[in-house]
Amino acid sequence: MNAFAFTRADSVAGALRAAGGDAKFVAGGTTLVDLMKLGVENPTTVIDISRMPLAGVSRMPDNGLQIGALARNADVAHHPDVVNGYPVLSQALLAGASAQLRNMATTGGNLLQRTRCVAFRDTAMACNKRSPGSGCAAIGGFNRNLAILGTSDRCIASHPSDQNVALTALEATVQISGPKGERSVPIGDFYLLPGDTPERETVLEPGELVTSVTVPPPAPGAKSAYLKLRDRASYEFALASAAVVAIVRGGTIERVRIAMGGIGTKPWRNLEAEAALHGKPATAEQFAKAAQIVLSDAKPQSQNGFKVELAKRCLIAALTTVTQGA
Amino acid sequence: MSSQAFVSEAVAPTAPANAQPPATAPKVVEVVFTVNGNRLALVVDPRATLLDTLRETLGLTGTKKGCDHGQCGACTVHVNGRRVNSCLSFAAMHDGDEVTTIEGLGTPENLHPMQAAFVEHDGYQCGYCTPGQIMSAAALLSEPCGPSNADVAESMSGNICRCGAYQNIVAAIQSVRTQG
Repeated sequence: MNAFAFTRADSVAGALRAAGGDAKFVAGGTTLVDLMKLGVENPTTVIDISRMPLAGVSRMPDNGLQIGALARNADVAHHPDVVNGYPVLSQALLAGASAQLRNMATTGGNLLQRTRCVAFRDTAMACNKRSPGSGCAAIGGFNRNLAILGTSDRCIASHPSDQNVALTALEATVQISGPKGERSVPIGDFYLLPGDTPERETVLEPGELVTSVTVPPPAPGAKSAYLKLRDRASYEFALASAAVVAIVRGGTIERVRIAMGGIGTKPWRNLEAEAALHGKPATAEQFAKAAQIVLSDAKPQSQNGFKVELAKRCLIAALTTVTQGA
Repeated sequence: MSSQAFVSEAVAPTAPANAQPPATAPKVVEVVFTVNGNRLALVVDPRATLLDTLRETLGLTGTKKGCDHGQCGACTVHVNGRRVNSCLSFAAMHDGDEVTTIEGLGTPENLHPMQAAFVEHDGYQCGYCTPGQIMSAAALLSEPCGPSNADVAESMSGNICRCGAYQNIVAAIQSVRTQG
């Protein structure tokens, strides 16, 4: 591992002052330390922000929830307001990683989690995300776990997180502090498609810091669930996952939000599929139509064609679970 | 040019106009933390993980290095009472923390109930993953976890056993929980 300077910041102002150049913030360490060992991340300065007072989970005046950037994944998953008001988020967090990692990983770090693409993680392989212009060893190479939606001819890396899929279905907002002040970005606008610049994954500017994530109040009567499909039952990244938040009355879908993981280059939401379900009966036929819409633009790679059908079945199953008995 | 140097050069971002000059990396960082009840003041290389510091600097070799990437759980210790992968944090990040390793959980004369249960139920074969398994299992006792064997298996999924002693590991954990 390359040498680096280590500093500690115990306030947002202190963290912003210390930021600059290629400095990296570290909180839980589960992504950054891993990637520094691999030589994928090589910051010359690491700023430890884990002591900033941003670990709280609290109700907002509008009855929504504010989740501090340093709230640990395990604490959020088991927080009563999350378990009761946003089961999809609790389920997604508990479907991710291991108990040890969930005790370390933070909300903000999870938002910025890097892809598990093997080409990205191995410095001997070409990767436009890690080394712009070097090519993509995953296209035509090992891509079984990679994206089928939102890809470009430069990058097909899948977004690995479960948390962010749930937050996308919940229409969360990312709160950011930076040298130019504070701003709020809806999570739907937070992630960027790879396009020609796969090294840019979010709208965060250099020196900016995620301070919290806010989630609107639970819609009355809404139910939610997260379904994750993977190669083994636990401790594995999604091949396909679905977060669904829905209100169903008298068998009719009044409102539905859908986000999918494991298949896109970012947490994948499809407004057209949601619109197609509004006002329709909560039936397998309608769910299949919505799944068809989500996957209609799918572009499978050499090894991951199976994901198209897997993702459809995943979404249909999640929609069935959430709307059952409603 | 080495591949490492090539990659570093290739990914170096264009420095923004207001970029500070590269910080001169201090060779060491001071960290004060408590390990198994002993308050220690150390001077560490920023690159030293908590795992390597425990093993190489403090000689606490009960904590094992398996994958060194947070995938196997052999390095599991408690930080402020919670189980974590000690390979995935820098020691410098633990200023003020209370760390417990397998050496601090029990003693040969006075085993922690989970240690005794692993002996009783033969919850190991080669033993390499065992300190991590036991530290993980001891922490599980104070976490939300359902009653079934499947619940225990799910909660222990961050600890891999290459020998496949899982059935006996689950039995050991369940015996402590039901004695509870």
